Amino acid sequence: MNKVVAAHHEVDPGSPRSYTAGFVLSIVLTVAAYLIADQQRASGWTLIYIVVGLAVVQLFVQLVFFLHLGRGSRSRWNLTAAAFAAMVVLILVMGSLWIMKHLNYSHDSLSPQQLNQNIVKDEGIKPSNY
Amino acid sequence: MLGRLSWHALPHDTVTRGGAASMVLAALLIFGYLLYTKRLGWLWREWLTSLDPKKIGVMYIVVAVVMLLRGAADAALMRTQQATNAHFLSANHFQQIFSAHGTIMIFFVAMGLMFGLINLIMPLQIGARDVAFPFLNSAAFWLFAAGMLLVNLSLIIGEFSAAGWLAYPPLSEIAYSPGVGVDYWIWALQIAGVGSLLSGINFLVTILRMRRPGMTLMKMPLFSWSVLCSMVLVIFAFPILTATLGMLALDRTLGMHFFTAGGGGNAMMYVNLIWAWGHPEVYILILPAFGVFSEVVATFSRKPIFGYTSMVWALIAITFLSYTVWLHHFFTMGAGADVNAFFGIMTMVIAIPTGVKIFNWLFTMYRGRIKFATPMLWFLGFVVTFSVGGMAGVMMAVPAIDFQVHNSLFLVAHFHTMIVGGVVFGFFAGLTYWFPKIFGFTLNERLGRYAFWCWFVGFLTAFIPLYILGLMGATRRLNNYDPSLGWQGLFIVAAIGAAIIFAGIGFQILQLGYSIWKRNENRVSGDPWNGRTLEWSTTSPPPSYNFAALTPVDSRDAFWELKKTKQAEKPAYEDIQLPKNSGVGIFIALFAFIFGFGAVWHIWWLLPIGLVGVISCIVGRASQGGTEYRLSAKKVAAMEAEA
Amino acid sequence: MSQAATITRANERQEAESKTLFGFWVYLMTDCVLFASLFATFAVLRGNTFGGPTGDQLFSLPFVLIETLVLLTSSYTAGLGLLAARRRAKTQVLVFFGLTMLLGIFFLTMELTEFHKLYVEGDSWRRSGFLSAFFTLVGTHGLHITSGLIWMAVMLYKVAKGGLNHVNVKRLTMLSMFWHFLDIIWIFIFTIVYLVGVAG
Repeated sequence: MNKVVAAHHEVDPGSPRSYTAGFVLSIVLTVAAYLIADQQRASGWTLIYIVVGLAVVQLFVQLVFFLHLGRGSRSRWNLTAAAFAAMVVLILVMGSLWIMKHLNYSHDSLSPQQLNQNIVKDEGIKPSNY
Repeated sequence: MLGRLSWHALPHDTVTRGGAASMVLAALLIFGYLLYTKRLGWLWREWLTSLDPKKIGVMYIVVAVVMLLRGAADAALMRTQQATNAHFLSANHFQQIFSAHGTIMIFFVAMGLMFGLINLIMPLQIGARDVAFPFLNSAAFWLFAAGMLLVNLSLIIGEFSAAGWLAYPPLSEIAYSPGVGVDYWIWALQIAGVGSLLSGINFLVTILRMRRPGMTLMKMPLFSWSVLCSMVLVIFAFPILTATLGMLALDRTLGMHFFTAGGGGNAMMYVNLIWAWGHPEVYILILPAFGVFSEVVATFSRKPIFGYTSMVWALIAITFLSYTVWLHHFFTMGAGADVNAFFGIMTMVIAIPTGVKIFNWLFTMYRGRIKFATPMLWFLGFVVTFSVGGMAGVMMAVPAIDFQVHNSLFLVAHFHTMIVGGVVFGFFAGLTYWFPKIFGFTLNERLGRYAFWCWFVGFLTAFIPLYILGLMGATRRLNNYDPSLGWQGLFIVAAIGAAIIFAGIGFQILQLGYSIWKRNENRVSGDPWNGRTLEWSTTSPPPSYNFAALTPVDSRDAFWELKKTKQAEKPAYEDIQLPKNSGVGIFIALFAFIFGFGAVWHIWWLLPIGLVGVISCIVGRASQGGTEYRLSAKKVAAMEAEA
Repeated sequence: MSQAATITRANERQEAESKTLFGFWVYLMTDCVLFASLFATFAVLRGNTFGGPTGDQLFSLPFVLIETLVLLTSSYTAGLGLLAARRRAKTQVLVFFGLTMLLGIFFLTMELTEFHKLYVEGDSWRRSGFLSAFFTLVGTHGLHITSGLIWMAVMLYKVAKGGLNHVNVKRLTMLSMFWHFLDIIWIFIFTIVYLVGVAG
């Protein structure tokens, strides 16, 4: 009976080799990102793109090698659910940043002059003197 | 020892005392009646510990209706004060009332009716015997009830939030709302919200995994499709609410600075997050109402729904688009023209699939043989009302217009039109349509018609004045408007409208009572409306196992096809496994309630008790063997024979 | 029971397990959105230090690297533990999940040490919006880890006492899914909170 059950596993359970491959890849990606940041090989937005990029790669590595996403016939809805989650996460994080950055006229550490300049540039209006 | 709880927490003024006293009295009367008729045991065994979604659904609706009365009472108080320009409600009290009104109506009435209908009908409609996780279903209901209990308790002990139904900071922060009101609000919603999330997962898995063999998604009835899409929204929106309420609680309790006015907080981030949840929430409510209408219009036009495929795609489009419009709730917060333009355009876009649906319903009616039963009347009322409100919405999608009417009574009229005209009318249609299925007898049609006309006329009478007042500049949430403005007349009309709505509620209560009294003369078969979908293929009420045999289907409107081919084959009966009753869900909710109550009143030692209690219940339930019982094929055959 | 009935029961059970695993996966997706809300808040409040310290003044990258590698290793051992469970190798299951638990406790201890250090120097969650967001995001992850460890302890007990029946294997599957998920969330905490916080 065990054989009957095992044969119909919903998801390919993987093998020690695939887990090990995932583990090693993850270490490499982690250390690489660490070195880039710790040794300040990049800064600002370049750094962000690189390390977040490495994180996303590691995400996929772990999704495939540890969580077996995408393998096996029954995991189609798993994939769909994950894709929808990814979409919501992106919209929520990127959307919030976009919105909040634009709201930040009064919260930034800008001087009043800079603030005025930003408003004129973005809105095309001249703020009144108070 | 007891945190900030003291005798001072009991109500001080007459109105609150009256409200609290009537609530306690009602509860005692009901409990006393059950005790006297020795039905407490029956209640526990037959209803409270049941894992049957048909029972759980009824319990949701009972809670929702009770809360409807509370929310309506809040409305009555507000309308009366404004119509008579009286001052029996102080500013703070008025603020608590509109906060309670909104919170109760959305979280406990609308969500309650929705989850109730889904529990009752969706498994039947997809031809299944139960939901995917019956115990989780019960636990989720009881968490909902625990939230409801906290809200009601605030009327008796302490106070409720005066910060609106969404509790914007900085007002909702500890500095400006030092009392327990906002804490009650946070924890009631946090607990009920977990229940909603669990139900979302449950119903999604049910629909994706437990449909009758042969029922592909494109053969599934539209109500179930609408539930699927709504649950997708629940699953991906409610965690945002959990996180945001959590952060507000952390600000208030642990002195954090997420949304505080100082300390590096950003109150606008709260507004952003809460609406990132809040917009999907309103679609969560409306989609199942749309689903109801698809069933009702098809059945009472005696035609298949027009444009089934486009209806499905409209639902899917709305689901995706729901996540791209949320800023339209705060155009005026200052994100600038670019941001506002994007969200304004997306808001207009999302109106399109809704329009497609309305036209499809109307096309379904065209050349149909229409029966104007009560459910159909609710649909027609919806078409008129919802379209008006929807147009107001598309107007406000234009940021420039929104700047004029944001937070005015125009806005208030708009969202009431959508929620009452859309969600509430839809759920009333569903309740009157499916009542015979669940209880086995019909509701009185005449009283139902009176109820409908009162609600419809009453609603328009109550809210058209508010559209006008909003355009004239009336700001929302004010306890009094100066008579010199000359608006008194419109407020009086609005109050009359509210009174007509209450007459409608009265007729509904009358209808229920009368129909129960006359039930034996109005018993029905499994198919009283000549329905099209599988829920009508079983008896009214259905047996505990819903269907004796899970015969495969092969078309849309599966039951209609079955009736046409008149398949009278004798199904082969099999053993059926059903979940046994369980009281653990009640205890999980009880411990959650204890946690919430402790958090509200700063009775810190209650928190670990609540937490450990919940965990122990979960581990205990997980360790329980024998949670199901088996009905042998012979027993099933016998039950079928006597049905 | 006949052969046919045995296979039907096996299929029923397979179907039920598959449904439960899918439901658990959907729950994990909701947890993604929960963390996304906290990440979004962190990103927005990142600069709101209110005159207090910034990330690069507070975080030690070597320390966090060790934490990260510890958690990653525990995710690996959890995977090996699940393979052992599928093979019904009881001792290996206890060893691998025991190891996972130890590594998890080590991770949590390191994290609590970091929190404690910040707290005693006055840089607690009350200091600024940035620190509130930091403690909440990282702390919520830590609470999830704690829940996972409690679950692991319960499972170790159940497996030791009751063996690897299908219910325990199903639950170990969910537990390892949960544990892998937590490591994935940590990748982003490591990257966005610590790496970008210090070097960005």
